[in-house]
Amino acid sequence: MDGIQLDALRETCNIGLGHASTALAVMTGRKIDIDVPRASFMPLDEAVHIGGEPEKEVSCINMPITGDIPGLVIFMFDAHSTFLLVDVLSGLPEGTTAELDEMSKSIIRETGNILAGSFISAIGDLTGLKMYTEVPELAFDMLGATLCSALINHNYTDDQLLLIETVIGELDKQIKGFFFFMTSPENLEKLFKALLF
Amino acid sequence: MAALEIPIGIAEYKVTREPNRLITLGLGSCVGVSIYDPFTRVGGLIHIMLPDSTLFENQTSKTGKFADTGIPFMIRDMLSYGVKINNLEAKMVGGAQMFDGVDHFKIGQRNIEKSDQILSRIGIKVIVRETGGNKGRTMILDTVTGQVTIRLLGNQIKII
Repeated sequence: MDGIQLDALRETCNIGLGHASTALAVMTGRKIDIDVPRASFMPLDEAVHIGGEPEKEVSCINMPITGDIPGLVIFMFDAHSTFLLVDVLSGLPEGTTAELDEMSKSIIRETGNILAGSFISAIGDLTGLKMYTEVPELAFDMLGATLCSALINHNYTDDQLLLIETVIGELDKQIKGFFFFMTSPENLEKLFKALLF
Repeated sequence: MAALEIPIGIAEYKVTREPNRLITLGLGSCVGVSIYDPFTRVGGLIHIMLPDSTLFENQTSKTGKFADTGIPFMIRDMLSYGVKINNLEAKMVGGAQMFDGVDHFKIGQRNIEKSDQILSRIGIKVIVRETGGNKGRTMILDTVTGQVTIRLLGNQIKII
């Protein structure tokens, strides 16, 4: 894969993430920003360290993508952001939520679903490709354990992974999350072709 | 000599001797296997990602990635430290199902089963285990005692 392709991929994801951050801003009533996404090949070990220390407490939401470009979208929020999202989205005073019950889990799962849905629908509009989100999967545990298991469960186990990643959150970082998009090199070829025509 | 704490990354293994500790962080569906010789106080720890190397075409440079190849590699290295196979005892940690919902591939379970199969074929007994469930685990082998410390979220500790 050459630099132009990586640039195109990054720009495409940037547009998709613009829609996702708008969705999150509308849901939370807060100003949500995204960093410019990075697209690169990296070892799994390094990928797992992007979000922080392996024992950091996070919520990790996987959204398998089916259709023309099968892949995997992962959103990861640290514990503080997770609890704050639950408070904001259920209209509770900030600081109320301190652990995840079934109701707050479904709120977090649905947040991931909406973010991933707006990401892929923006890419679909841009390319004419059909992409669909599957049922989101959630884990709230150590970063290393969740992210590594997510990648293995969805068969991203090569020594080098093509990964698109960025930080999504508020300017003051009260709510801060990580976005990852994984797909295969063959699927990326399809995406590039669709972008060119 | 001061004890070192030697980190083991995903799909890696390392062997050391007394007084060092071996540590691997955040096992989810991955399985950690420690193998220890109480006589020479030599220990090894492996962070296994997947059960079976024969199911994958892509080459790997990670010697600890698969249970079927990684465990024998680690034991071979331990033999060069002068341990005897008959003295070795294994402990197994991890193999959780981290995500809610249907677990189609049951990777955690398959990692546990394959590791058991490989160890039993070589003739090494698993003397204690903390496997399955749905929690991430950090695993630390102390080569002075052979004890394995398991750390869960919120610094919950269990020693096996």
